[in-house]
Formats: sequence, structure tokens, C-alpha cells
Amino acid sequence: MTWQGVLQIFVLLIVILPIGKLLSIYMYKFLDGGKTLTDKLFVPIEKKLYRFIGVNSSSEMAWTRYLFILLAVNFIGFVVLAILIALQPILPWFNPQHMGRVPFWTNINTSISFITNTNWQNYSGETTLSYLSQIWLTVEQFLSPVSGICIFLVVVRGFSRSNSKTIGNFWHDFVRTIIWLVIPVSFISAIVLLALGSPDNFSPYIVAHTLQGAKQVIAQGPVASMTSIMQFGDNGGGFFNANAAHPYAAPNVVSLLFQTILGMSVPVACVFLFGKMIKDKLQIKPIMAVMGVLFILGAFLMYHYEATGNPALAAHGIHLASSQNYEGKESRFGIGTSTLFNNTTTAVSWGSVAAANDSMTPLGGLIPLFNMMTGEVIFGSWGVGMVGMLAYAVLTLFLAGLMVGRTPEYLGKKIESFEVKMAVLSMIVPSLAILILSALSVAVSAGKSGIFNLGPHGLTEVLYAFSSGVGNNGSAFGGLNAASPWYSATVGIAMLLGRYPMYIPLMAMGASLAKKQKIPANAGTFPTHGILFTILLMGTVLVVGVLIFFPALALGPLAEQFAAHAGKLFG
Amino acid sequence: MYLKTLWSSLKFIVLSFLVLGLVYNLVIFGIGKLIFPGQANGSLVVQNHRVIGSSLIGQNFTSEKYFQGRPSATTPAYNAAASSPSNYGPTNPLLIKEIKTNLDRVLKENPGISASDVPPQLVESSASGIDPDISPQAAYLQVPRVSRLNHISKLALISYIKDNTVSRFLWIFGDSYVNVLSLNLEVVKLDHIEKQS
Repeated sequence: MTWQGVLQIFVLLIVILPIGKLLSIYMYKFLDGGKTLTDKLFVPIEKKLYRFIGVNSSSEMAWTRYLFILLAVNFIGFVVLAILIALQPILPWFNPQHMGRVPFWTNINTSISFITNTNWQNYSGETTLSYLSQIWLTVEQFLSPVSGICIFLVVVRGFSRSNSKTIGNFWHDFVRTIIWLVIPVSFISAIVLLALGSPDNFSPYIVAHTLQGAKQVIAQGPVASMTSIMQFGDNGGGFFNANAAHPYAAPNVVSLLFQTILGMSVPVACVFLFGKMIKDKLQIKPIMAVMGVLFILGAFLMYHYEATGNPALAAHGIHLASSQNYEGKESRFGIGTSTLFNNTTTAVSWGSVAAANDSMTPLGGLIPLFNMMTGEVIFGSWGVGMVGMLAYAVLTLFLAGLMVGRTPEYLGKKIESFEVKMAVLSMIVPSLAILILSALSVAVSAGKSGIFNLGPHGLTEVLYAFSSGVGNNGSAFGGLNAASPWYSATVGIAMLLGRYPMYIPLMAMGASLAKKQKIPANAGTFPTHGILFTILLMGTVLVVGVLIFFPALALGPLAEQFAAHAGKLFG
Repeated sequence: MYLKTLWSSLKFIVLSFLVLGLVYNLVIFGIGKLIFPGQANGSLVVQNHRVIGSSLIGQNFTSEKYFQGRPSATTPAYNAAASSPSNYGPTNPLLIKEIKTNLDRVLKENPGISASDVPPQLVESSASGIDPDISPQAAYLQVPRVSRLNHISKLALISYIKDNTVSRFLWIFGDSYVNVLSLNLEVVKLDHIEKQS
């Protein structure tokens, strides 16, 4: 390990916090009726858009109506995307490589993947999709993170409003976030990525005559434009199979760092935005602390294990100049930045990778897996990471309330049976989905035959796939044959479960809280901005994650670490 | 009311595919063509009106005369139309076999060095399969061989590596590296000068 590798974790956080804070001020303004400098440009566009689609953006909605429109936009987006991808062989534009039919299961899996903000990719972009199909995917990369913001707004309004039967207007929240935030930032970022070296063209693949006299075909495409929104929106679906490890997607560490900041910005802003909306900035302290500590721990441990390297090498008599694990890592990023990026994209839930997770050491690979198993609350994706953390906060207060025998309160709202049930539901559904689907996959031959690395690593591959699907993350242990009908279907189900059954209960919780009266804090109220609550919250996140998944992790990465030390191989 | 909502949603989605899909991507494409044509076209390296590669994409150097890059897991090696890592897990026997085979080759091609001199980069495959760079150490290790086979001075190669090493960004991010294609273009150039003199 080097001091640079450790320091960069802290530098990243120091850079991202003020960016998140500024962004939250801007978001609060355009979402809550304040004025922004960009209003002159955007308000006329917004008004025309509402008129064109025929909606009213000022009428308040009950949460069920809000949810109905959210689901309608998601579902219609899915149908249109699936149809357009199916039409790939017929549509004549932007397809210089004459990419043919996309297999049915790949299409269904991909379309689910992109509407749920997962961007799990069971295809490789440069060998499967036309430039036009990649363009269609970018559309959902714009829309799917904004659905997360809408979920966030419903839940947080549950705390900020009182005696209210309504929860906001879907179109107002959705359209404003797209016009005020997503489009301008993606646009500017794409230009920055171009300047930093990413290509953007619709040319046929280039045939180069290499120095050694061979022919090399170099894939091209609109890389900068897609990379920009896929990172900013915490989507993670890369243009190329190698994703952010591809030298066109991240030509240098400056570009990779810029992409890291892009992806972290809105999830960090959501924590600040929460504080602004409930008008109590002290409350974000424990949440920021828990997220920050888990983030730093993960990044540090992952870096440590990858820098220490694979114990199996020494056990087999291979002693190189250093023991660092360079299998599946790029020279320009080195070990430190590769692990920092992969830790970030699994904690902050976007899943674009700069190094191959499947080739990480057993414990190095455990970190991104665990990040996802927490329910993606270490900042998490747009809105939903913060919402997941609020569910943990509710559970924590419920547990604390049990200890003293008092009805818990959070942010002035009584937490009663319904809220606790909804919070627990949002944790049980994803955990059960990961475990049951993994167990099925290692039991049936269709699942077993898709495993690439045998032994305990194979179990980790499967666990990782479903944790990624349920966590709407999208990163993978890439060896798994994700394109098989079995994994296309089961990971597809996992992605749906991890989006809708996970967050709809929390929206219901938000709506129920909004109806309640605010009660002033009294001597018996457990303060939720202090160190005690921080420790309890951290404990709840860790205990829930560890208790549920420890047996599976013991059989996967932990068993493999011991095997590697002993030099035992599986093949 | 539900039907009206579905109709609004459909109009919204169709408009999104047009604006966020086609218009957005085409505008960025246009800006790239106008302001950053080099990058937008793939950072191609052209010599005598022929594209010999991209400065960002690694090429396969198997000849001992050239500096060699990272092992590549694509089929064939350095396939820039199908990027991929090996995905070998840490306890996969194929990983140990790959590293041993690569190490034997490196030791054979660079006489006088031992395994403990070889940086892992030179024997462990990259994440993209088309990694264009190696660490300066991995380059220095190959200097005696390249200098001997091309009859060019070691000092010239060493100073070129030194001048073309990209350091960590802000002293902490990433790792220092040198581009293999650029190194080999220099080898060809120095070799040419050597032959003329």
C-alpha cells in the first residue's frame, strides 16, 4: 500500500462534499418553487412540454396517483425500449457494423435493466448493439435515475409535511429534475469527456495497420455522450464490454476521477437536500457519518487486499517484484484508483467498473459485494440510497423504542406499526430475493452451468449477480454467463424486485407519515442527531447486512480466502 | 383519467426518445466534430496516410524487438472490437497457469533478470484487454533487450521513457505509466536514424 492510495479516498470525499452541498441548494430551489438563474431558459420549455403532453403540474396528488404515473412512465419506457431494440436489424440508421438481431432474453433483461437504473449488461456493447440501440439506451439513462428522485421526494415529504393527504405532483418533480439538472449537467460533462479524450462518432470500426504489421479493428461510437449520462445518472451501463476500464471510456485518470465525481454528486446532494427539506440540518449528521465511515472502510479494505495481492500466487511459488493484484486492472489507474472507483460505484450504486471484480482477491471482491448487500445505502443511487437509509433509521428507532418501551418518533413524527412494517418489508424483500435466487441458481443445472470460476468463487459469482440485480447496481463478476436464459430471467426478476417491491412500501410509509401531525420534541424524545444515534444506525446497517448474509459470505469469499492461502485451486 | 395518464406518459416517452436520444447524442457528436475532432475520431495515429492505430488503444507486440505491453485476455489478443478481461478468479488454476507461462516468457526474453524483478503488470492481464500502457519499471526492464536487438543506445531509450512517463494526477490519483505504442514508434525512429548513420 502507498500513502497516495489511502489519501485519495479522503481527497475524493473532501472534494465531493461541497459539490453535493451546492447541488442540493440548486435542487431545493428548482424543486421547491425557488428561483434559479436558469429559469429564463427552462421555464418556457417546461410550460410547452406540459401543454404538449397535456398535464397539470400544479395540482397536488395522493401518493397512489403519483405512484401510478411513475409506474406508467417506467412501463411505457420499457415497452418502447424493448420494441426499438428488437427493431435493430431493420432500422437502417447508425448501424455501420450491421449488428443483427438482439436475442429475445437479452432484450428483455436489458430493457428491465435500463428502466430500473440497474444497467446490468448481459451483452457486450461493441459486438451486439448498433449505435442507434446505444442511443435508445441513453434515453433510459436520463429517465431512470429521476424516478429515484421522485421516490425520494415522496418519502421525505412524509417527514416535512403534516396533516397532508397529498404528496406532490409527479410531473413537476420528474420534468423539472430532467430539465434543470439532468440535461444541462450531462451536456456539459459530455463535452468535458470529449476534451479528456473519449471519442464520439458514428463511423464504421476503424481498421488499423499496426506497427507489427497486423490488422487491428478498433470499435468506435458515440462514447462521450453515453458515458456522461451513464456516470452522472448512476446508471453504469458502459458503451463497451470493459466499461470504464476501456481506454476510450476513461482514457486517463483525470477522466475517471471526473466520472467518479459525476456519479457521486447527486447521491451526496440528496443527503443535504433531505436536511433542507425537513428544515433541520443537524439531522443529516448521523446519516452522513454512517455513509462516510462505511465508504471509507470499504475503499480502504478493498485497496488493502488488492495491494496485498492474491495469496494463491505465493502458495504456488510465484514471487514477483510486488504482490499487488494486477489481474483485471489497467496500468493507468493502478491499484489505488481502480479499487477506489470500484468501491465507489458499488457503494453509490452505479456499477460501472474500472477493473474486473471477478479477478479481485477473495476479500477484495467481498467489499463491493457487501456494499450492495447493505441495500445500497452508502450514498446509494439517486434518491433511493437516502430513502434506504431512512428505512434503516426507522428500524433503528423502532429497536431503540423497544429497549425503553416507548413509541419511537423520528423528525417529529410518531413511528407506528405501519411505518415499521413498511421499512422492514423494504429490507426483507431484497434480502430474500438475493438468497433464494442464489440458492436456486446453485441447485439447478441451468444455473450451475453458467458459473465460470469453480469452487467457492463460483458461489460468489452467483451471489454477486443477484446482489447487483436487487441493488439495481449493474456491476458484475463478469465470468458468469449472464446471457443464458436462466440468468437473463432470474436477474431480470431480481432487478424488478429491487426496484418496485423494495421502494413502493417506503413511498407508502412516506404517505402515511405525511398524514400525521407533527409533535414537538420533549424530554422523552430520543435525539436523532447525536453520536448515540449514529452508532445505533451504523450498527443496524451492519447487523442487518451481516446477519442475513454471513452464512453465504462464509461459504463464498471467506472460504476462498482460506483456500487461496493454502494454495488450493478449483478447476 | 387513467387512460389520459397513459396517453400523456406515452407522449412524454416518445418525446424523450427523440430529444434525449437522437437530439442529445447528435448535438454532442456535432460539438465533438467541431471542437475536438482528434479525440472525437478516436485519437488515431496516422503515418503516411495510413492509420497505424490509436494512441489510446493498446496493440499486440509479440516481437522481441519491440517493447511489449500487458498480457491481453481478448481473442485474439488486443482485440479492440471485443474488449474483455480474463475474469479468472484468484483460485482458478487457469490464472496460475497464465501467470507462470507469461513469467517464463518474460524471463526467457530478458536474460539476466529474475522473477522478483518482474512487475505483476507484465504477467497479469489487463481489465480491458487493450491496455495501451505499462509502468515505467516494466519498460525499463525491457530496455536491455530492445536496445540489443535494434542496436540502439540504452541511454536514448531510458531518457525517452523518462520524458514520456505520465505521473500520478495531483501526485496521488492513478499510477505512473508510459504508452507502449509511443515507445515503439520511438524505437522505429531511433532504429531508422541508426541505419542511416
